[in-house]
Amino acid sequence: MPELPEPDVAREWLATMTLIRRFEERAGEMYARAKVGGFLHLSIGEEATIVGSARALRDSDYLISTYRSHGHALVRGTPPENVMAELFGRVDGCSGGRGGSMHMFDISRRFMGGYGIVGGNLPIAAGFALSSDLQGTEDVTLCMFGDGASNQGTFGETMNLAALWKLPVVFMVSNNQFGMGTALERHSAVTDLQRKGESFGVPGMRCDGMDVLDTHRVIGAALERAREERQPVLVEALTYRFRGHSMADPEEYRTKEQVAEWRKRDPIALFSERLVAERVLDEAGVAALDEAAVARVDEAVAFADASPFPAPESLYDDVYALGDQVRGWYSVDERTPNVHKGEDERSMDHGDVPGREQYDRHAAGAHESSDDGDDVAASRPADTAQGTGAAG
Amino acid sequence: MAVVRYREALNQALREEMERDERVYLMGEDIGVFNGAYKVTAGLLEQFGEQRVRDTPISENTIVGLGVGSAMTGMRPIVELMTINFSLLALDQIVNHAAHIRYMFGGQVKVPMVIRMPQGAGHQLGPTHSHSFEALFLHVPGLLVAAPSTAADAKGLLKAAIRDDNPVIFIEHEYLYGQRGDVPDDGDHVVDFGEAAIRRAGDDVTLVGISRMAITAERAAQVLADEHDVSAEVIDPRTLRPLDLDTILASVRKTNRCVIVEEGWPHGGVGANLAALIQEQAFDHLDAPVGRVTGADVPMPYSKPLEQIAFPHEPQVVDAALATLRDV
Repeated sequence: MPELPEPDVAREWLATMTLIRRFEERAGEMYARAKVGGFLHLSIGEEATIVGSARALRDSDYLISTYRSHGHALVRGTPPENVMAELFGRVDGCSGGRGGSMHMFDISRRFMGGYGIVGGNLPIAAGFALSSDLQGTEDVTLCMFGDGASNQGTFGETMNLAALWKLPVVFMVSNNQFGMGTALERHSAVTDLQRKGESFGVPGMRCDGMDVLDTHRVIGAALERAREERQPVLVEALTYRFRGHSMADPEEYRTKEQVAEWRKRDPIALFSERLVAERVLDEAGVAALDEAAVARVDEAVAFADASPFPAPESLYDDVYALGDQVRGWYSVDERTPNVHKGEDERSMDHGDVPGREQYDRHAAGAHESSDDGDDVAASRPADTAQGTGAAG
Repeated sequence: MAVVRYREALNQALREEMERDERVYLMGEDIGVFNGAYKVTAGLLEQFGEQRVRDTPISENTIVGLGVGSAMTGMRPIVELMTINFSLLALDQIVNHAAHIRYMFGGQVKVPMVIRMPQGAGHQLGPTHSHSFEALFLHVPGLLVAAPSTAADAKGLLKAAIRDDNPVIFIEHEYLYGQRGDVPDDGDHVVDFGEAAIRRAGDDVTLVGISRMAITAERAAQVLADEHDVSAEVIDPRTLRPLDLDTILASVRKTNRCVIVEEGWPHGGVGANLAALIQEQAFDHLDAPVGRVTGADVPMPYSKPLEQIAFPHEPQVVDAALATLRDV
């Protein structure tokens, strides 16, 4: 059994895992209340894979993840207020309300983003590592993805290139047993995922993704190997998500018994029991951490709710980097019967915003307390009603 | 001025920008030891070494993705794709990632990279190596698109592309690689994006030629002058995003007629888009419907005579121009 870190460190790990858990639970509630749109993928059950790995990073290392990315932003220190505001589509969201649940980002903390395309983040991770190499820094990139991504072409292509060019990158496949609703043994001929990099020159390791200590230990060793030996490593973290793939998931592909079995190994319960057993915390201390997490998430919700929507005039902002922008038509605005504007981005005339009426209607509606009204249900994916139920 | 081939002009641009900015580096299939499938990168490995001139495996999507990642973290990659058809393998990284990352992450990062690729028919390379996809990339907000038709523009636009902070799709042309042209050899020859070139002045009809078709349009203008006493103005937009629509509109307001010539397919093509913009902005100035001459609406055939009739030549452009002059 891996040794505990210093008591302050151990308590911080538990506090962060608890914060992620409470944040995700509230995010699910906010989704059910239609405060959050689109898809919502929760990390409940996978907190140890997030905290154990990220706490093995240096501040200057890069972390990149997937569409299941709220916890990754939180673990790097992005305030929960800004993550919740992003879910609410508000201007104070960590991606300015442009990205949503699947596209969290915080450059100031080198959280290099959540990515909505399965496998799309792997080449980009290798690109960060290539920059580190070309710039002569010691920074390492930790790239997280799921078992489903290990079947994408980018998986093999990126493993090959990373090994060929000796890039300082650690690939971490969080094997939560399902690619969406397809069980591992039904989507991958090789289910021993740590071996999937071997033929590309990327050695594999495995950790218990329900154990924050084991995850930290194994990822730490992999990071050191990448940093010192310039040897990319693939780490398989065995884990399980307690909720559906997304909120829109009736979970017909797995049994309640299987979920219950994995819930016995709840990473937060396991770690807090260990901390209590070793007298790092007592029961009251655990409860206090939990209360603090709940209170912080309450603040995040209040902050997000008070944050305005991005202004309609900002619709075209950041399509292009401006700098020394040259003339010519960059964007064309065809939303109005008037002769449209297509000048350079900087001088796009935002005076009379087409669609102002729709904007105002939606902005006003979202500020009210809504309980799955007809409009909301109609705009959701077809199986959302079931998904909401399954999440309850 | 020095007379150099289009591919040499591109090579000069790469060399000069790599000398100017050490963040600039190249990746691509066979660009180093092999010197490039079309020799655009000839000699660069020797000068800059294998850290900055990187031969890659055949993994287009992943090469572009590495470029995206390193562009987000302070480098200025240039990725060569061997032909534009191969860019389809990389569309996920080009569209979902390179083009969208700045916007979807609220402007926190930029993606300064250039993705170079040749397009075009005429060498009997058949249905997987001969297409013209300007329209595909023009469609995507977040990308800039350049399509130079002369050696001077090839050099000047590539230098501008490398210095730009946005992802640039830089479309070269297989037929043009061997063509010679005057290239300024004094100082820093940069051609700004968003400035169309008027290749030939005229009063009766405006011909807008995209990529190689700017050359075809110029030849057609000569035929129109010699054989039909028609004075055609020829415009090469040079970049499609940003687009110098003002220069095109000014010409149309003068000639009152316009034909757009492109090698790509007609449906949803560059010409379809331009025709829409022109009729919106200059409807009262048009004396005839905007004409289009495009590639045939087929995958590119291999057989030489078939291939030759599947993309535009001067006679089709001449006919289209004359059609705008007939009484409707």
